[in-house]
Formats: sequence, C-alpha cells, structure tokens
Amino acid sequence: MKPVNPLTSIIKRDLVLAYRQKAELLQPLLFFVMVITLFPLGIGPGPETLQKVGPGVIWVAAILSALLGMDKLFRDDFNDGSLEQLQLAHVSLSWAMFAKVFVHWCGSFLPLLLISPLLALFLNLTPAMYWALIQTLALGTPLLSLVGAIAVALTVGLQRGGVLLSLLLIPVFIPLLIFATSAVDSAAMGLNYAPQLAIIGAMLCFAVAITPFAISYAIRVSHH
Amino acid sequence: MFNWLHPYAKTERAYALCNTLLPYFFVTAVVGLLVGFIWGLAFAPSDYQQGDSFRIIYIHVPSAILSMSTYVAMAIAGFVGLVWQWKTAYMSMIAIAPVGAILTFISLFTGAAWGKPMWGTWWIWDARLTAQLILFFLYLGVLALYGAFSDKTQAGKSAAIMALVGVMNIPIIHYSVEWWNTLHQGATITKFGKPSIAPSMLWPLLISIAGMVGLIGTLVMMNLKNQILRRELHRPWVIALLQKTESR
Repeated sequence: MKPVNPLTSIIKRDLVLAYRQKAELLQPLLFFVMVITLFPLGIGPGPETLQKVGPGVIWVAAILSALLGMDKLFRDDFNDGSLEQLQLAHVSLSWAMFAKVFVHWCGSFLPLLLISPLLALFLNLTPAMYWALIQTLALGTPLLSLVGAIAVALTVGLQRGGVLLSLLLIPVFIPLLIFATSAVDSAAMGLNYAPQLAIIGAMLCFAVAITPFAISYAIRVSHH
Repeated sequence: MFNWLHPYAKTERAYALCNTLLPYFFVTAVVGLLVGFIWGLAFAPSDYQQGDSFRIIYIHVPSAILSMSTYVAMAIAGFVGLVWQWKTAYMSMIAIAPVGAILTFISLFTGAAWGKPMWGTWWIWDARLTAQLILFFLYLGVLALYGAFSDKTQAGKSAAIMALVGVMNIPIIHYSVEWWNTLHQGATITKFGKPSIAPSMLWPLLISIAGMVGLIGTLVMMNLKNQILRRELHRPWVIALLQKTESR
C-alpha cells in the first residue's frame, strides 16, 4: 500500500467537510450579497454614486463576511480534538495549517470571486474597474485568510471569540482595504494600477512566508 | 547581554529593579513636565499665526510622538517573552499597554481640540490622524485579547503574538494611510512641524517630551509592580514584603 501523504489527506478531509456543510458555506456568501444590497438602498441608487463607492463597498463587505466565516476555521477541529491530533501527526504543523487555510480560502472566497460579476452589475462598475477588482480580490483574499487565521487560532479556545476576532483583525486589514480600493479607483480613471497590485502581492508573499509559523504557534498556545 | 538580563526574568529581581528605577523616572516626570509645561504654556512666545492656541503642542506632540514608541516597546517586551519564555516580559508588556492606549487617546483628544479652532473641524481624515486612530485600535485589541483569557500565561502569549502582528503592520499602515490620503485630498494640512520651529518654542517642547518619557516610565513601573505582586501573591517574598508593609 502506498503511504498516504498527510497534507493531501488534510486537504481532502477539509474539502469533504466543507462540501457536506453547504449551509455554512453559503451563509457568509449570502451575507456578502445582502450587505452589498443594503448600500444602494442606504445611499441612493444614483449610478454615479454607486460607481464611486462600489469598490470600497465590495471590499468592506468581503472583509465583514470573511470575519463572519473565519470564526469556524478551527473551531470544530478544536472542539473535537482533531487539532490536537494534527500536532502529533507526521507533518509539520505549519504545513498542516497552511493546507487548512488554503482549503478554507477555497470554500469561502472562491465563491465570492465567482459571484462578483453580479455585484459589479449591482454597483454599476465599468469593465476596467471590474477586472481590477477581480485581481485585487484574487490577491487580497488569501491575505485575509492567512492573517485572519492567526487571530482565529488565538481566540479558538475562548467561548465568545467572534466579536473579539473582529476587534483584533479590522485594524490589521486596513492597509489591504486601502491598496485594493485605490487600485480599482485608478482603474476607473484609466490609470495604471500595477503598483497597488504589486504591493498587495508583496504583502501576500510575506504573509505566505511568515503566517504559517505564527498560526501553528498560536494553535499551540491555544492548547496550553 | 543575555547573562546580564537573565536575572530579571525572576519576578523578585524585576520588582527590585522597578523600585530602583522608579525614583529616577518620577523625578524626570515631575521636573520635565513642570518645567516644560510652565515654560511652554506661560513663557514661550505665542505663534504669529495660531496665537495662544498653539500651546497645546506641549501636550499633543509629546503624547503623539511617544505613543508609537510605546507600542514598539510593548511589542519588544512581548517578543522577549515569546523567545525566552519570561513571565516578567509578558507582565511588562501588559503593564505598558494601557499606558500607551491612554497616551494615544490623549494625542487624539488634544489633536481634536486643536483642530477645532485651527482647521474648523474636530476631525478630518488626514493621514496622521487616521494612523493614530488605528494605533489606538491596535492597543485596544491587545488589551481585549489579554483580558479575554483567565489563564494569564496563555493571555500573555496570545497578546504578545497580536502585538507582534500589529508592530509589523504599523509601517504598512503608516505608508498606506499616507498614500491614501494624498491620493484623495492632495495637500496635507498637518505638515506644520517640518518648517523649523523657533528655539524659544522648541526647548520647552523637548523638555516636555523628556518629562513625558519620565511619566510613562513611572506609570509603567508602578503598573508592573502591581502586576508582579498580584500574580505572585503566594510567593514567600511577596508575603514577607506585605507583612513588612503592614507592620510599618
């Protein structure tokens, strides 16, 4: 029998789990769409206004729905003890955490990327803006997942970690929000938005290099 | 350096160190703040544009300058705690945090009070103000995370990780906010510090900053002493210390 690679089995297990809990996957997505629906109602349906605030609205909604869904990233595994088993497994915890975060990103942010054309219509974005938005989302949401996972791992042992999680993470996400929306704004004005994308990409590279260690350390602290 | 620092991992030695340093910080605070404030508020010449309302600078600038260094100090304490597993490092980290948070709040509050007569508005989404507000949120996050755990060792480790995440973010936040602001508004209003300031105004300001450092040191040392006593309540040396204080 061929030995099983622990990483692939983690990925497979998490994907199956995510697929079987469709409601939990759909809820943050629905939340995302509904928050965006609120904005035209709140600030008026004028196409120009919407186009102006659109990128910011989509990004803020993405961050909020990320915070909502992220709470579940480690919770079930923490409660039933599988996280503790992972620490004993024959694979470095950092890799295991990276795999888990990756699957979580696939489950929560890929659908968000797929549904964003609809939202671009809602908010009257031009094709250039939409293309920039997709790029910032594709580069920025993994960053949300990776950095967010540190705080999730720290608060997983707490009874009511949800609000605390938002308190911890919102200030940390501000630079990403700024760069992403400014990229889309530049696209709206027909300017070059590669610098903003490059900065988001650099932050992502940095996060990929550093955060798995921080996440696994935080998990160990939580199992104190 | 490690050999020199290592004894202070023990709470008793750290407590003694606090007691040694406290008077120096206290004297610096009293002398610096009294001289700086009285000189600045009463004797320094008033600004030719802003009149007397510029005098809030002697409170605003020391707190604003030092709030970020205090955050870095807190993160360094947390880092030391994570690397060498020192209880006293976590205690110092959490002794620094509330002081820094209040310092940030003071700088925001005095900034708003200054902004009203000068810019005609309490708040403006200027780069420095926004960065300061985010710094305030970061402090609150660290404090909230520390308070959420009942096991204080775990709380110290968690808060230290969060403080480190924050300290890596501070430069990014700083530059992103600056860029965001210049993209949206053009000229910034607050770059008033860059033109050289007259020596008669500068000296009281520098003395106030030194006094503020002393004040921060005093408060942190007092807070740290309290933390140590509370956490080590059942240690023989704490009991002996308490008995000595009671019999006095």
